[in-house]
Amino acid sequence: MTRRPLARYALRTVSLAAFLGLWQLLTSLNVDLWLRFSQFPTVTDVARAFADRLSGGDYWTDLTDSLTRILTGFALAAVLGVATGVLVARSRLAEDLLGPVLEVIRPIPAIALVPVAILLFPSNEQGIVFITCTAAFFPVLVSTRHAVRALTPVWEEAVRTMGGARLRILGSVVLPGALPGIFGGLSVGIGVSWICVISAEMISGQYGVGYRTWQDYTVVNYPGVFVGMVTIGVLGWITSTAVELLGRRLTRWLPRTSYVPGGRSTRVPRPAAVPVRADGDSEHQAQPEQQGHKDTEEARDEHLV
Amino acid sequence: MSTSSETVTAPVTPASGAVRGTRLAFRSAVLGRPDAPVLYDVDLDVSPGEILTVVGPSGCGKSTLLRTLAGLLPPLGGAAEVDGVPLTEPSADRALVFQEDALLPWRTLRGNVELPLAISGVPRSERRSRAESWLARVGLSAQAGQLPHRVSGGQRQRAQLARALADSPRAVLMDEPFGALDAQTRSGMQDLLVEVLRGTGATVVFVTHDVDEALFLGDRVALLGSGRVAAVRDVPGPRDRGAVDDPARVALRRDILTSLGT
Repeated sequence: MTRRPLARYALRTVSLAAFLGLWQLLTSLNVDLWLRFSQFPTVTDVARAFADRLSGGDYWTDLTDSLTRILTGFALAAVLGVATGVLVARSRLAEDLLGPVLEVIRPIPAIALVPVAILLFPSNEQGIVFITCTAAFFPVLVSTRHAVRALTPVWEEAVRTMGGARLRILGSVVLPGALPGIFGGLSVGIGVSWICVISAEMISGQYGVGYRTWQDYTVVNYPGVFVGMVTIGVLGWITSTAVELLGRRLTRWLPRTSYVPGGRSTRVPRPAAVPVRADGDSEHQAQPEQQGHKDTEEARDEHLV
Repeated sequence: MSTSSETVTAPVTPASGAVRGTRLAFRSAVLGRPDAPVLYDVDLDVSPGEILTVVGPSGCGKSTLLRTLAGLLPPLGGAAEVDGVPLTEPSADRALVFQEDALLPWRTLRGNVELPLAISGVPRSERRSRAESWLARVGLSAQAGQLPHRVSGGQRQRAQLARALADSPRAVLMDEPFGALDAQTRSGMQDLLVEVLRGTGATVVFVTHDVDEALFLGDRVALLGSGRVAAVRDVPGPRDRGAVDDPARVALRRDILTSLGT
């Protein structure tokens, strides 16, 4: 059973290696068909530039600046988005009051808010955080609203007949029940946040991965541009994986659990030696653990990208 | 059912003999959703400690009647009363057991049973021991740490029963709680229900579409049909499996089936 995740990791590595190999091949052979790779830095060029950067101090300043901006903006967006989403979904008054304004602002690309940010905020730093936050806010808001509206009414009725008041319903039913949907929004949100933090840095930043990448472009340092792009890619991947893993951890109760890398054990301790296929499906209450195993096996990992 | 239900004695049984069930009543009530009344002229009195079963064809308003008693739906006319006072909102005193899965799927069975105790402010350690003993009573000790979707439908309904009774409600309202279970599990659940209700003194209103279930459990059976309470009949030999052949019971059963049009 453990061979499958390993095989999948191998496959992922092969995929990445093939991509890099193709890149190296096309650029080192200066392939100039309709697409022109002759001006393109090779993988080794980029790797050398990367190594140089890693030894300098600026790279780490850029990295921490970008991360601080995105994490601040994203955290704000998560809190505000969930709060507003719950409010709009649960209260008709809030929906009527906030709905129209939100719907008008929502289609505006967050990066188009740069002028607004410049007018509103005394410093660039706050402007960038504002743009990042706005970008992630709407996906979180919309998915929270949908998730709260889609809650099974019986859950709420059950808690009400236990004498639970509004706060109790919020804490015991609405938030936990909407969590799977909320995390859908957070996953989208962190991606959009990266797009916006990088764009905003390119326009108005001082330090930051986006700023550095644009600087390199203006001085025709192409390997440097690619170092920036790789950095953005890796950071984006790490942060969205973190959101994804946190989401899975918090919604482990979902009947169809997703595949968790490394076969993390579930809350229920399971007898390790029991062969999974040994059970005839006689009584399912007797082998919930094995069911869990099967789920784990069959469930698809949607987070390959 | 066999799991150690004997090992634990009744955990929260009130002083025996003291009747602590509520009196539930409808006074010429009209029941239904705001724009769609389904029951008219409902006059019904449920005495403290009584088990009233409610039967009727589907869509006749059985669930509506129960939801009104739970306080989830206001009556459209007339009044619904608890101990003579009009009821306005849900209360922990009147527990509701649903047909389908009303357990919170992100809480373990123990967590679900602890919830009503948490709401009524029982301290954490006591919560846990009370939940554990209720789960033991319904034979779920071994599954206490499981999530609802990991156990069978019958076990989920047993957990719901434990959750409903955990905070010692004075009335238990049951909406076809065994409707989705197979015949064998169902009769086991009926016996379990009778056993766990013993000594609680709670008033029970039990909605079902199964006439035999209604006759087995109920002190009285209320028949709903064509928008009103058609009849309320006393059941001879309630909760006695041997009384099935009792001529009076057979006659009543025939009557009910006839009036239900089956």
